[in-house]
Amino acid sequence: MPRTPGADLPDHPDWLWNSPEPKSSYDVVIVGGGGHGLATAYYLAVNHGITNMAVLESGWLAGGNMARNTTIIRSNYLWDESAGLYEHAMKLWEGLEDELDYPLLFSQRGVLNLAHSLQEVRDSKRRVGANRLNGIDAEWLDADQVAEICPILNTSEDLRYPVLGATWQPRAGIAKHDHVAWGFARALDRMGVDLVQNCQVTGFDRIGDRITGVRTTRGDIAAGKVALAAAGSTSVLADELGLALPIQSHPLQALVSELLEPVHPTVVMSNAVHVYVSQAHKGELVLGAGIDSYNSYGQRGSFHTIERELTAAVELFPMFARAHVLRTWAGVVDVTPDASAIMGLTPFENLYVNCGWGTGGFKATPGVGWCYAHTIAHDEPHQLNAPFNLDRFTTGALVDEHGAAGVAH
Amino acid sequence: MMLIPCPWCGPRNETEFHYGGQADVSYPADPQAVSDVDWARFLFFRANTKGIFTERWNHQAGCRRWFTVRRDTTTNEIFHDDSHEAVTR
Repeated sequence: MPRTPGADLPDHPDWLWNSPEPKSSYDVVIVGGGGHGLATAYYLAVNHGITNMAVLESGWLAGGNMARNTTIIRSNYLWDESAGLYEHAMKLWEGLEDELDYPLLFSQRGVLNLAHSLQEVRDSKRRVGANRLNGIDAEWLDADQVAEICPILNTSEDLRYPVLGATWQPRAGIAKHDHVAWGFARALDRMGVDLVQNCQVTGFDRIGDRITGVRTTRGDIAAGKVALAAAGSTSVLADELGLALPIQSHPLQALVSELLEPVHPTVVMSNAVHVYVSQAHKGELVLGAGIDSYNSYGQRGSFHTIERELTAAVELFPMFARAHVLRTWAGVVDVTPDASAIMGLTPFENLYVNCGWGTGGFKATPGVGWCYAHTIAHDEPHQLNAPFNLDRFTTGALVDEHGAAGVAH
Repeated sequence: MMLIPCPWCGPRNETEFHYGGQADVSYPADPQAVSDVDWARFLFFRANTKGIFTERWNHQAGCRRWFTVRRDTTTNEIFHDDSHEAVTR
Protein backbone atom coordinates (compact mmCIF):
# COMPACT_ATOMS: atom_id res chain seq x y z
CA MET A 1 0.00 0.00 0.00
CA PRO A 2 1.48 3.40 -0.98
CA ARG A 3 2.48 5.63 1.89
CA THR A 4 0.67 8.93 2.26
CA PRO A 5 3.08 11.74 1.35
CA GLY A 6 4.26 13.40 4.52
CA ALA A 7 3.30 10.47 6.74
CA ASP A 8 6.93 9.90 7.64
CA LEU A 9 7.45 13.41 8.94
CA PRO A 10 8.72 13.57 12.52
CA ASP A 11 6.45 14.56 15.38
CA HIS A 12 5.99 18.22 16.13
CA PRO A 13 8.90 19.38 18.28
CA ASP A 14 8.18 20.28 21.90
CA TRP A 15 6.38 23.57 22.28
CA LEU A 16 8.54 26.33 23.71
CA TRP A 17 5.62 27.61 25.74
CA ASN A 18 2.18 26.38 26.81
CA SER A 19 -1.13 28.00 25.89
CA PRO A 20 -2.98 28.19 29.20
CA GLU A 21 -6.55 29.32 29.78
CA PRO A 22 -6.50 32.78 31.32
CA LYS A 23 -7.07 32.89 35.08
CA SER A 24 -9.63 35.27 36.55
CA SER A 25 -7.03 37.45 38.24
CA TYR A 26 -3.36 38.43 38.02
CA ASP A 27 -1.04 40.87 39.78
CA VAL A 28 0.03 42.26 36.41
CA VAL A 29 -1.57 41.96 32.98
CA ILE A 30 0.45 43.01 29.95
CA VAL A 31 -1.58 43.83 26.86
CA GLY A 32 0.38 42.84 23.79
CA GLY A 33 2.47 39.71 23.25
CA GLY A 34 5.11 41.19 20.98
CA GLY A 35 8.76 41.74 21.76
CA HIS A 36 8.15 44.63 24.13
CA GLY A 37 5.38 42.88 26.06
CA LEU A 38 7.40 39.69 26.42
CA ALA A 39 10.60 41.49 27.42
CA THR A 40 8.69 43.55 29.97
CA ALA A 41 7.16 40.44 31.51
CA TYR A 42 10.59 38.82 31.57
CA TYR A 43 12.23 41.64 33.51
CA LEU A 44 9.21 41.99 35.81
CA ALA A 45 9.78 38.35 36.73
CA VAL A 46 13.57 38.37 36.89
CA ASN A 47 14.27 41.84 38.31
CA HIS A 48 11.16 42.37 40.40
CA GLY A 49 9.96 38.87 41.33
CA ILE A 50 6.51 39.22 39.78
CA THR A 51 5.29 35.98 38.20
CA ASN A 52 1.53 36.02 38.87
CA MET A 53 1.24 37.67 35.51
CA ALA A 54 -0.29 37.20 32.08
CA VAL A 55 0.72 38.49 28.67
CA LEU A 56 -2.42 38.82 26.55
CA GLU A 57 -2.05 38.68 22.79
CA SER A 58 -4.94 39.29 20.38
CA GLY A 59 -3.39 37.16 17.64
CA TRP A 60 -0.48 34.76 17.88
CA LEU A 61 2.59 35.44 19.95
CA ALA A 62 5.01 37.91 18.33
CA GLY A 63 3.05 37.93 15.08
CA GLY A 64 2.72 41.70 14.76
CA ASN A 65 5.62 44.11 14.33
CA MET A 66 7.94 41.65 16.09
CA ALA A 67 7.58 39.40 13.05
CA ARG A 68 7.72 42.24 10.54
CA ASN A 69 10.72 44.40 11.41
CA THR A 70 14.09 44.45 9.64
CA THR A 71 15.96 43.29 12.79
CA ILE A 72 18.48 46.12 12.87
CA ILE A 73 20.05 46.87 16.25
CA ARG A 74 22.06 50.03 16.89
CA SER A 75 22.36 52.74 19.53
CA ASN A 76 23.99 55.65 17.66
CA TYR A 77 21.30 58.22 18.44
CA LEU A 78 22.10 61.91 18.82
CA TRP A 79 20.25 63.02 21.92
CA ASP A 80 21.32 61.97 25.40
CA GLU A 81 17.85 60.68 26.25
CA SER A 82 17.71 58.38 23.23
CA ALA A 83 21.34 57.34 23.52
CA GLY A 84 20.77 56.36 27.14
CA LEU A 85 17.84 54.11 26.41
CA TYR A 86 19.14 52.52 23.19
CA GLU A 87 22.64 51.98 24.56
CA HIS A 88 21.17 50.31 27.64
CA ALA A 89 19.32 48.04 25.25
CA MET A 90 22.54 47.38 23.31
CA LYS A 91 24.34 46.29 26.46
CA LEU A 92 21.48 43.93 27.27
CA TRP A 93 21.55 42.55 23.71
CA GLU A 94 25.23 41.76 24.19
CA GLY A 95 24.38 39.36 27.03
CA LEU A 96 20.92 38.24 25.98
CA GLU A 97 21.78 34.92 24.35
CA ASP A 98 23.46 33.75 27.56
CA GLU A 99 20.73 35.25 29.70
CA LEU A 100 17.95 33.45 27.83
CA ASP A 101 20.08 30.40 26.99
CA TYR A 102 18.64 30.52 23.51
CA PRO A 103 20.27 31.24 20.13
CA LEU A 104 19.23 34.71 18.94
CA LEU A 105 21.67 34.87 16.00
CA PHE A 106 22.80 38.23 17.39
CA SER A 107 25.48 39.37 14.98
CA GLN A 108 27.42 42.56 15.64
CA ARG A 109 28.36 43.22 12.05
CA GLY A 110 28.19 47.02 12.38
CA VAL A 111 26.06 49.69 10.79
CA LEU A 112 27.01 52.34 8.24
CA ASN A 113 24.79 55.43 8.20
CA LEU A 114 25.61 57.07 4.88
CA ALA A 115 25.97 60.79 4.27
CA HIS A 116 25.21 62.13 0.79
CA SER A 117 25.46 65.90 1.24
CA LEU A 118 27.76 68.32 3.00
CA GLN A 119 25.06 69.07 5.55
CA GLU A 120 24.66 65.35 6.24
CA VAL A 121 28.43 65.07 6.66
CA ARG A 122 28.35 67.84 9.27
CA ASP A 123 25.35 66.35 11.05
CA SER A 124 26.90 62.90 11.01
CA LYS A 125 30.17 64.11 12.49
CA ARG A 126 28.23 65.92 15.16
CA ARG A 127 26.38 62.70 15.96
CA VAL A 128 29.66 60.77 16.15
CA GLY A 129 30.90 63.31 18.69
CA ALA A 130 27.70 63.10 20.69
CA ASN A 131 27.82 59.29 20.63
CA ARG A 132 31.37 59.21 21.92
CA LEU A 133 30.53 61.58 24.76
CA ASN A 134 27.82 59.10 25.70
CA GLY A 135 30.23 56.16 25.61
CA ILE A 136 28.83 54.75 22.38
CA ASP A 137 31.22 53.40 19.76
CA ALA A 138 31.14 55.63 16.71
CA GLU A 139 33.51 56.67 13.96
CA TRP A 140 33.38 58.90 10.93
CA LEU A 141 34.57 57.15 7.75
CA ASP A 142 35.32 58.73 4.38
CA ALA A 143 34.07 57.11 1.17
CA ASP A 144 37.21 54.98 0.71
CA GLN A 145 36.95 53.60 4.22
CA VAL A 146 33.26 52.89 3.61
CA ALA A 147 34.19 50.92 0.48
CA GLU A 148 36.67 48.85 2.48
CA ILE A 149 33.96 47.77 4.92
CA CYS A 150 31.25 47.28 2.32
CA PRO A 151 32.82 46.61 -1.12
CA ILE A 152 29.48 46.06 -2.87
CA LEU A 153 28.40 49.62 -2.12
CA ASN A 154 28.75 52.04 -5.03
CA THR A 155 31.02 54.78 -3.67
CA SER A 156 31.90 56.29 -7.05
CA GLU A 157 31.46 60.01 -7.56
CA ASP A 158 29.08 59.75 -10.50
CA LEU A 159 26.02 58.82 -8.43
CA ARG A 160 23.17 61.27 -8.33
CA TYR A 161 23.69 61.38 -4.55
CA PRO A 162 27.28 60.17 -4.07
CA VAL A 163 28.37 58.56 -0.82
CA LEU A 164 30.53 61.21 0.85
CA GLY A 165 31.18 59.10 3.92
CA ALA A 166 29.35 57.38 6.74
CA THR A 167 29.15 56.98 10.46
CA TRP A 168 30.19 53.51 11.63
CA GLN A 169 29.02 51.77 14.76
CA PRO A 170 30.86 48.42 14.94
CA ARG A 171 28.74 47.04 17.81
CA ALA A 172 25.52 47.46 15.85
CA GLY A 173 24.07 44.55 13.92
CA ILE A 174 21.11 42.25 13.53
CA ALA A 175 19.37 39.44 15.42
CA LYS A 176 16.79 36.85 14.47
CA HIS A 177 13.58 38.58 15.55
CA ASP A 178 11.46 35.43 15.98
CA HIS A 179 14.12 33.80 18.12
CA VAL A 180 14.20 36.83 20.40
CA ALA A 181 10.47 36.48 21.05
CA TRP A 182 10.70 32.72 21.44
CA GLY A 183 13.61 33.01 23.85
CA PHE A 184 11.68 35.40 26.09
CA ALA A 185 8.50 33.31 25.78
CA ARG A 186 10.21 30.07 26.74
CA ALA A 187 11.83 31.71 29.77
CA LEU A 188 8.49 33.23 30.84
CA ASP A 189 6.67 29.94 30.50
CA ARG A 190 9.27 28.23 32.68
CA MET A 191 8.78 30.88 35.36
CA GLY A 192 5.02 30.25 35.38
CA VAL A 193 3.92 33.38 33.53
CA ASP A 194 0.78 32.81 31.44
CA LEU A 195 1.14 33.62 27.74
CA VAL A 196 -2.44 33.83 26.48
CA GLN A 197 -2.90 34.00 22.72
CA ASN A 198 -6.06 34.75 20.74
CA CYS A 199 -7.15 36.93 23.62
CA GLN A 200 -8.10 40.42 22.52
CA VAL A 201 -8.58 43.14 25.12
CA THR A 202 -11.85 44.93 24.37
CA GLY A 203 -12.14 47.22 27.37
CA PHE A 204 -11.15 47.99 30.93
CA ASP A 205 -12.72 47.68 34.36
CA ARG A 206 -12.20 50.71 36.54
CA ILE A 207 -13.27 52.35 39.75
CA GLY A 208 -13.07 56.04 39.05
CA ASP A 209 -9.61 56.61 37.62
CA ARG A 210 -8.24 53.35 39.03
CA ILE A 211 -7.94 50.45 36.58
CA THR A 212 -8.93 47.12 38.12
CA GLY A 213 -8.92 44.74 35.18
CA VAL A 214 -9.43 44.11 31.50
CA ARG A 215 -12.31 42.78 29.45
CA THR A 216 -11.26 40.32 26.81
CA THR A 217 -12.66 38.04 24.15
CA ARG A 218 -11.86 35.23 26.60
CA GLY A 219 -13.59 36.76 29.61
CA ASP A 220 -12.96 39.44 32.21
CA ILE A 221 -9.61 39.36 33.98
CA ALA A 222 -8.94 41.28 37.18
CA ALA A 223 -5.51 42.87 37.39
CA GLY A 224 -3.51 44.74 40.02
CA LYS A 225 -1.75 46.58 37.22
CA VAL A 226 -2.33 46.80 33.48
CA ALA A 227 0.51 47.64 31.11
CA LEU A 228 -0.11 48.46 27.46
CA ALA A 229 2.43 47.24 24.90
CA ALA A 230 0.29 47.16 21.80
CA ALA A 231 2.21 49.34 19.30
CA GLY A 232 -0.05 50.32 16.38
CA SER A 233 -3.21 49.22 18.20
CA THR A 234 -2.59 51.31 21.32
CA SER A 235 -4.99 54.07 20.29
CA VAL A 236 -7.84 51.58 19.93
CA LEU A 237 -7.27 50.47 23.53
CA ALA A 238 -6.77 53.98 24.89
CA ASP A 239 -9.95 55.16 23.18
CA GLU A 240 -11.88 52.75 25.43
CA LEU A 241 -10.77 54.94 28.34
CA GLY A 242 -11.03 58.25 26.54
CA LEU A 243 -7.25 58.54 26.96
CA ALA A 244 -5.85 60.67 24.13
CA LEU A 245 -2.38 59.72 22.92
CA PRO A 246 -0.31 61.71 20.39
CA ILE A 247 0.26 58.76 18.09
CA GLN A 248 -0.76 57.99 14.53
CA SER A 249 -0.78 54.47 13.11
CA HIS A 250 0.89 54.05 9.72
CA PRO A 251 1.91 51.12 7.53
CA LEU A 252 5.64 50.40 7.52
CA GLN A 253 6.71 48.08 4.74
CA ALA A 254 9.66 45.78 4.42
CA LEU A 255 10.72 43.19 1.88
CA VAL A 256 13.18 40.39 1.26
CA SER A 257 14.92 39.00 -1.79
CA GLU A 258 15.39 35.34 -2.55
CA LEU A 259 18.21 33.55 -0.69
CA LEU A 260 21.58 34.68 -1.98
CA GLU A 261 25.21 33.85 -1.26
CA PRO A 262 26.65 36.08 1.47
CA VAL A 263 27.46 39.35 -0.29
CA HIS A 264 26.60 42.04 2.22
CA PRO A 265 28.89 42.11 5.24
CA THR A 266 27.23 44.78 7.36
CA VAL A 267 24.11 46.95 7.71
CA VAL A 268 23.79 50.01 5.46
CA MET A 269 21.31 52.80 6.09
CA SER A 270 20.75 55.93 4.05
CA ASN A 271 18.41 58.65 5.23
CA ALA A 272 18.84 60.82 2.14
CA VAL A 273 17.94 58.31 -0.56
CA HIS A 274 16.06 56.39 2.11
CA VAL A 275 16.65 52.71 2.26
CA TYR A 276 18.25 50.34 4.74
CA VAL A 277 19.69 46.98 3.83
CA SER A 278 21.19 44.00 5.57
CA GLN A 279 21.52 40.34 4.68
CA ALA A 280 19.95 37.80 6.99
CA HIS A 281 21.86 34.72 8.12
CA LYS A 282 19.78 32.55 5.82
CA GLY A 283 20.79 34.67 2.82
CA GLU A 284 17.91 36.96 1.95
CA LEU A 285 18.53 40.66 1.54
CA VAL A 286 16.29 42.49 4.01
CA LEU A 287 15.22 45.98 2.95
CA GLY A 288 13.13 48.67 4.54
CA ALA A 289 12.45 52.38 4.21
CA GLY A 290 9.93 54.85 5.58
CA ILE A 291 6.26 54.71 6.49
CA ASP A 292 3.44 55.16 4.02
CA SER A 293 2.15 58.69 4.49
CA TYR A 294 -1.46 57.94 5.44
CA ASN A 295 -2.98 56.55 8.64
CA SER A 296 -3.76 52.87 8.39
CA TYR A 297 -4.41 49.73 10.41
CA GLY A 298 -4.35 47.57 7.29
CA GLN A 299 -0.92 45.87 7.55
CA ARG A 300 -0.41 46.71 3.90
CA GLY A 301 1.14 49.64 2.12
CA SER A 302 1.32 51.12 -1.34
CA PHE A 303 3.54 49.76 -4.10
CA HIS A 304 5.15 53.07 -5.01
CA THR A 305 6.74 53.18 -1.56
CA ILE A 306 8.53 49.91 -2.31
CA GLU A 307 9.44 51.06 -5.80
CA ARG A 308 11.11 54.19 -4.43
CA GLU A 309 13.05 52.21 -1.85
CA LEU A 310 14.27 49.70 -4.44
CA THR A 311 15.34 52.51 -6.74
CA ALA A 312 17.55 53.79 -3.95
CA ALA A 313 18.83 50.30 -3.15
CA VAL A 314 19.83 49.56 -6.75
CA GLU A 315 21.56 52.93 -7.05
CA LEU A 316 23.66 52.19 -3.96
CA PHE A 317 24.14 48.47 -4.68
CA PRO A 318 24.22 47.99 -8.48
CA MET A 319 24.50 44.19 -8.11
CA PHE A 320 21.05 44.11 -6.46
CA ALA A 321 19.53 44.84 -9.87
CA ARG A 322 19.83 41.11 -10.51
CA ALA A 323 18.04 40.10 -7.29
CA HIS A 324 14.31 39.50 -7.04
CA VAL A 325 11.74 40.59 -4.53
CA LEU A 326 10.49 37.44 -2.84
CA ARG A 327 8.04 38.83 -0.29
CA THR A 328 6.80 42.23 0.85
CA TRP A 329 4.67 42.97 3.90
CA ALA A 330 3.73 45.75 6.28
CA GLY A 331 3.28 46.27 9.98
CA VAL A 332 1.24 48.95 11.72
CA VAL A 333 3.57 51.35 13.52
CA ASP A 334 2.56 54.07 15.96
CA VAL A 335 4.37 57.31 15.23
CA THR A 336 4.68 60.28 17.60
CA PRO A 337 5.20 63.93 16.64
CA ASP A 338 8.83 63.92 17.89
CA ALA A 339 9.62 60.39 16.63
CA SER A 340 10.44 59.26 20.17
CA ALA A 341 8.58 56.69 22.20
CA ILE A 342 6.16 57.20 25.06
CA MET A 343 6.82 55.05 28.11
CA GLY A 344 5.55 55.71 31.59
CA LEU A 345 2.60 56.51 33.80
CA THR A 346 -0.84 57.55 32.58
CA PRO A 347 -3.58 59.71 34.12
CA PHE A 348 -5.11 56.40 35.29
CA GLU A 349 -3.91 54.65 38.43
CA ASN A 350 -2.41 51.19 37.75
CA LEU A 351 -2.34 51.77 34.00
CA TYR A 352 0.98 52.13 32.20
CA VAL A 353 1.71 52.88 28.59
CA ASN A 354 4.52 51.93 26.26
CA CYS A 355 3.90 53.05 22.68
CA GLY A 356 5.06 55.40 19.97
CA TRP A 357 8.13 53.38 19.01
CA GLY A 358 7.21 54.04 15.42
CA THR A 359 9.72 52.50 13.07
CA GLY A 360 12.44 51.76 15.62
CA GLY A 361 11.12 49.53 18.36
CA PHE A 362 12.88 46.21 17.73
CA LYS A 363 16.37 47.39 18.61
CA ALA A 364 15.09 48.71 21.93
CA THR A 365 13.34 45.47 22.95
CA PRO A 366 15.40 44.42 26.00
CA GLY A 367 15.89 48.05 27.09
CA VAL A 368 12.16 48.64 26.91
CA GLY A 369 11.53 45.49 28.92
CA TRP A 370 14.01 46.53 31.60
CA CYS A 371 12.75 50.11 31.98
CA TYR A 372 9.04 49.42 31.55
CA ALA A 373 9.23 46.62 34.13
CA HIS A 374 10.84 49.09 36.55
CA THR A 375 8.11 51.64 35.81
CA ILE A 376 5.36 49.09 36.48
CA ALA A 377 6.96 47.56 39.59
CA HIS A 378 7.81 50.88 41.28
CA ASP A 379 4.95 52.94 39.90
CA GLU A 380 7.49 55.48 38.71
CA PRO A 381 9.68 55.63 35.62
CA HIS A 382 13.24 54.34 35.50
CA GLN A 383 15.62 57.27 35.01
CA LEU A 384 16.25 56.11 31.43
CA ASN A 385 12.60 56.34 30.38
CA ALA A 386 11.65 59.34 32.53
CA PRO A 387 12.23 61.76 29.60
CA PHE A 388 9.85 59.71 27.45
CA ASN A 389 6.77 60.60 29.48
CA LEU A 390 3.41 61.53 28.04
CA ASP A 391 3.55 64.98 29.66
CA ARG A 392 6.38 66.14 27.40
CA PHE A 393 3.90 67.06 24.70
CA THR A 394 2.39 69.58 27.10
CA THR A 395 5.59 70.80 28.77
CA GLY A 396 7.40 71.06 25.45
CA ALA A 397 10.36 68.93 26.60
CA LEU A 398 10.31 66.90 23.38
CA VAL A 399 13.00 64.37 22.47
CA ASP A 400 13.18 65.49 18.89
CA GLU A 401 14.93 62.51 17.41
CA HIS A 402 13.21 63.06 14.07
CA GLY A 403 15.73 65.65 13.01
CA ALA A 404 18.54 63.79 14.71
CA ALA A 405 17.96 60.27 13.45
CA GLY A 406 16.59 61.40 10.15
CA VAL A 407 13.90 59.29 8.66
CA ALA A 408 15.43 55.85 8.96
CA HIS A 409 14.90 54.78 12.52
CA MET B 1 -1.64 52.29 -4.64
CA MET B 2 -4.86 54.05 -3.80
CA LEU B 3 -7.06 55.81 -6.31
CA ILE B 4 -8.07 59.04 -4.62
CA PRO B 5 -11.13 60.96 -5.84
CA CYS B 6 -10.13 64.62 -6.24
CA PRO B 7 -13.38 66.63 -6.34
CA TRP B 8 -12.01 68.72 -9.20
CA CYS B 9 -9.85 66.29 -11.20
CA GLY B 10 -11.56 62.96 -10.56
CA PRO B 11 -9.90 59.76 -9.36
CA ARG B 12 -6.12 59.99 -9.61
CA ASN B 13 -3.16 57.91 -8.39
CA GLU B 14 -2.09 58.32 -4.78
CA THR B 15 1.38 59.47 -5.89
CA GLU B 16 -0.15 62.79 -7.02
CA PHE B 17 -1.37 63.59 -3.50
CA HIS B 18 0.01 64.81 -0.21
CA TYR B 19 -1.57 63.53 2.98
CA GLY B 20 -2.93 66.05 5.48
CA GLY B 21 -4.19 63.89 8.33
CA GLN B 22 -7.33 64.40 10.39
CA ALA B 23 -9.85 66.89 9.01
CA ASP B 24 -11.57 69.72 10.87
CA VAL B 25 -8.67 70.67 13.12
CA SER B 26 -9.02 74.42 13.42
CA TYR B 27 -6.59 76.98 14.77
CA PRO B 28 -7.70 78.20 18.21
CA ALA B 29 -9.87 81.31 17.88
CA ASP B 30 -7.97 83.09 20.65
CA PRO B 31 -4.48 81.52 20.85
CA GLN B 32 -3.44 83.74 23.79
CA ALA B 33 -6.26 82.33 25.89
CA VAL B 34 -5.45 78.67 25.27
CA SER B 35 -3.98 76.67 28.16
CA ASP B 36 -0.81 74.58 27.74
CA VAL B 37 -2.90 71.42 27.80
CA ASP B 38 -5.24 72.65 25.09
CA TRP B 39 -2.35 73.99 23.04
CA ALA B 40 -0.69 70.57 23.21
CA ARG B 41 -3.96 69.01 22.10
CA PHE B 42 -4.12 71.34 19.13
CA LEU B 43 -0.47 70.83 18.15
CA PHE B 44 0.19 67.16 18.79
CA PHE B 45 -2.97 65.14 19.39
CA ARG B 46 -5.04 63.77 16.52
CA ALA B 47 -7.67 61.08 16.30
CA ASN B 48 -6.15 57.74 15.32
CA THR B 49 -9.32 56.07 14.14
CA LYS B 50 -9.51 52.42 13.20
CA GLY B 51 -12.34 52.41 10.69
CA ILE B 52 -13.87 55.32 8.80
CA PHE B 53 -11.68 58.41 9.22
CA THR B 54 -12.38 61.91 7.93
CA GLU B 55 -9.13 63.27 6.56
CA ARG B 56 -7.49 65.88 4.34
CA TRP B 57 -5.60 65.36 1.10
CA ASN B 58 -3.89 67.86 -1.17
CA HIS B 59 -3.75 67.23 -4.92
CA GLN B 60 -0.14 68.35 -5.00
CA ALA B 61 0.74 67.21 -8.53
CA GLY B 62 -2.64 68.24 -9.95
CA CYS B 63 -4.90 71.15 -9.09
CA ARG B 64 -3.05 71.73 -5.79
CA ARG B 65 -6.28 72.13 -3.85
CA TRP B 66 -7.15 70.65 -0.46
CA PHE B 67 -10.21 68.48 0.06
CA THR B 68 -11.73 66.12 2.60
CA VAL B 69 -12.56 62.43 2.15
CA ARG B 70 -13.81 59.66 4.38
CA ARG B 71 -11.55 56.60 4.19
CA ASP B 72 -11.69 53.28 6.01
CA THR B 73 -8.26 52.93 7.65
CA THR B 74 -8.52 49.14 7.63
CA THR B 75 -9.45 48.66 3.95
CA ASN B 76 -8.51 51.98 2.26
CA GLU B 77 -12.02 52.26 0.80
CA ILE B 78 -12.91 55.92 0.18
CA PHE B 79 -16.49 57.14 0.52
CA HIS B 80 -18.45 60.13 -0.72
CA ASP B 81 -19.80 62.52 1.88
CA ASP B 82 -22.63 60.53 3.39
CA SER B 83 -22.59 57.41 1.27
CA HIS B 84 -21.71 53.97 2.58
CA GLU B 85 -20.62 52.80 -0.84
CA ALA B 86 -16.96 53.14 -1.61
CA VAL B 87 -16.11 55.21 -4.67
CA THR B 88 -12.46 54.16 -4.90
CA ARG B 89 -9.85 52.30 -2.93
